[in-house]
Amino acid sequence: MATLKLKDFRKSFGKVEVIKGVDLEIGHGEFVVFVGPSGCGKSTLLRMISGLEDITSGTLEIDGRVMNDLPPKDREVAMVFQTYAIFPHMTVRENMAFGLTIARASKQEKQQKVAEAARILQMEHLLDRHPSQLSGGQRQRVAIGRAIVRNPKVFLFDEPLSNLDAALRMDMRMEIGKLHEQLDATMVYVTHDQVEAMTLADKIVVLKDGRVMQVGTPMDLYHDPGNLFVAGFLGAPSMNFLQVDVQTVEGDDAKVGNAALKPINVAHKDRLNGSGKAILGVRPQHVEAAAPGEGMLLGTVEFAERLGSETVVDMVLKDDSKFIAAFNEDKVFEPGQTVDLVFDPAQAHLFAPSDEVETVH
Amino acid sequence: MAGKLTRSNRAGWLFALPGFSLLFLFIIIPFFFAFWLSLTNQRLVSPNPTEFVGLKNYSELLRLSVLTLEPERDDAGQIVRDANGEIRYPRVRTITRSGDFPEYRGMREWFRWQSGENAKVVVASNVVFMKALTNTLTFALFIVPLQGGGALLLALLINQKLRGINAFRTIYFMPVVISIVVISLLWRFIYDGEDGLLNNILAWLTFGFFEPVDWLGKSDTALGSIIAMSAWQAVGFHMVIWLAGLQTISPTLYEAAAIEGASKWQTFRYVTWPGLRNTAILVLIVITMQAFAIFAQIDVMTNGGPLDSTQTLVFQAVERGYGRQDISGGSTISVILFVMVLMISAVQGILTRERT
Ligand SMILES: Nc1ncnc2c1ncn2[C@@H]1O[C@H](COP(=O)(O)OP(=O)(O)OP(=O)(O)O)[C@@H](O)[C@H]1O
Ligand SMILES: [Mg+2]
Repeated sequence: MATLKLKDFRKSFGKVEVIKGVDLEIGHGEFVVFVGPSGCGKSTLLRMISGLEDITSGTLEIDGRVMNDLPPKDREVAMVFQTYAIFPHMTVRENMAFGLTIARASKQEKQQKVAEAARILQMEHLLDRHPSQLSGGQRQRVAIGRAIVRNPKVFLFDEPLSNLDAALRMDMRMEIGKLHEQLDATMVYVTHDQVEAMTLADKIVVLKDGRVMQVGTPMDLYHDPGNLFVAGFLGAPSMNFLQVDVQTVEGDDAKVGNAALKPINVAHKDRLNGSGKAILGVRPQHVEAAAPGEGMLLGTVEFAERLGSETVVDMVLKDDSKFIAAFNEDKVFEPGQTVDLVFDPAQAHLFAPSDEVETVH
Repeated sequence: MAGKLTRSNRAGWLFALPGFSLLFLFIIIPFFFAFWLSLTNQRLVSPNPTEFVGLKNYSELLRLSVLTLEPERDDAGQIVRDANGEIRYPRVRTITRSGDFPEYRGMREWFRWQSGENAKVVVASNVVFMKALTNTLTFALFIVPLQGGGALLLALLINQKLRGINAFRTIYFMPVVISIVVISLLWRFIYDGEDGLLNNILAWLTFGFFEPVDWLGKSDTALGSIIAMSAWQAVGFHMVIWLAGLQTISPTLYEAAAIEGASKWQTFRYVTWPGLRNTAILVLIVITMQAFAIFAQIDVMTNGGPLDSTQTLVFQAVERGYGRQDISGGSTISVILFVMVLMISAVQGILTRERT
């Protein structure tokens, strides 16, 4: 267990700045997940913490100690890679004991620690196999076992489940969650899988272009996204954004509407920029069908996807903007059919206008 | 489906035909030819008809015996010693030329050692062949670690992201592209006993205290000199093979090792070397086979001398087959060489087999 502190973290490859000033505090035993689009610098950030990449500027503290110039091994971190990075010529046992072999630990210590890790991961029966005789999930378990044996202050995971198929990914996700509870260790986890982020994290860090967009608990970010990017990034299908006009502002509320939307009152959270324009975010799941003529929005169905538990409908509004609604029941929609929609304004989010809307989608 | 398969099969064979015919013509047929010739008394040009002689050629090359010589004694039964106090023994030729011992006829002394009062003498029916054999084995024994290890070292040095590393790659690879004959000629100047580069450098490094050595002209330095030069010449080739092997090792394995705290040596021992296993087998077998085929250096630099100290099997095969027009003798050496290389490769194959 340990605390981590990143202060004005920066990283440049040559002239290209990739991490552009990240400040972050991670507490004892916290499970922190970095999410963000591909190329936003998640891996780079993790590798800077591990010591595999050096830190261009800023400071890294682990347990209050500055670690910037220490080699990876002295940072007492363990890392699990997407491609497993287990040694093909060693047995599972040798792989897990690798750190101890390097440190010239006694046979007895190796035996004991490997046995302990194997018990935690329920893989005692695999110890004498070679990696080539293991499935992908089992290989990743070996890599996690190697990390456990190291008994690190911080566990670092870089998309550990990306190479696994969907079913296995779910199993392993749960196992990693259990592992976190069991070991009570500080873990930093990179993924671009939202479900992993939402289910595992105590704290999610949303990154974009080398900057932190928002930090918070999964539910904070989901229910109260601080900006357009986070609003659009979390949740599937992603949030609908309507270009609206601000009609009046009274106290905490603003009255907004447009050609397609009947005026409604929404909390503005001081995010308006006074231009008279704004963006209203509505999650597809927060929309319900209403009786004809009683909707706040009128959508024309383009096509519908029936998933059994859910029906996702792509629609076009009166002002020609796209809108997605997700009904949590199985329902039949015909293309061309019009649907009246309502939503609770308290669950909608207002943002200042920006050109980011385009990039989110 | 089946029809298509056979059709494309035929096309495949057709494409392979030119290659196969060349292989057949220049490798497979000559091999069986050599095997047959080694059982006859064929000469390069001869008016006499060829006769089948069985294994005579082989026994002529391979016959070995150990003679025990007892010291000469005077009338009183005392051991006779010469002026230096060395024990005197009867001359070997009193035995090999005597009618009493037809089994030793024609054999000559190869080497001897002392065993109590007696001397043990190894006599061989063809001492030059025996020297060629041991020289070739010595050459292979030294060249494999020198060339293989040196190439690996270079590959490790060169497999780094440094400015100008390509220049080094080119420099190390250059000797491989130059003909071995040219290189041998150049090294004759380097090794020259009078004014050679090597002697000059050594003299300069020792402020003139170094006595010039005729590297290729002395029987105890000639083979070593050729080994050193040969190792240097092909080291670049094997460096490239090692480099290819190094590239196949996943960089994340190195990162994992770094996080576990492996030192440079430990990283090599646990990540690099196991990852180079298959490359190592390839390099080992290729160098061994090339070593057994050593010829050009000998032909250009020493002609097998001095005192047969740089005779090698292929040199002997050529020398006998063409120099002395004894085709059957040359063929016999070739076949023996083939069997040796085959056995050594097989043993290497077994020793380096994957054990899982
Ligand atoms: N060694 C490097 N040299 C130059 N640029 C690099 C290097 N490593 C990463 N980058 C750049 O830094 C940026 C961030 O890369 P990074 O690997 O951290 O992204 P990521 O968020 O992990 O993406 P992904 O989800 O695809 O893994 C990318 O634009 C990438 O091109
Ligand atoms: Mg990444």
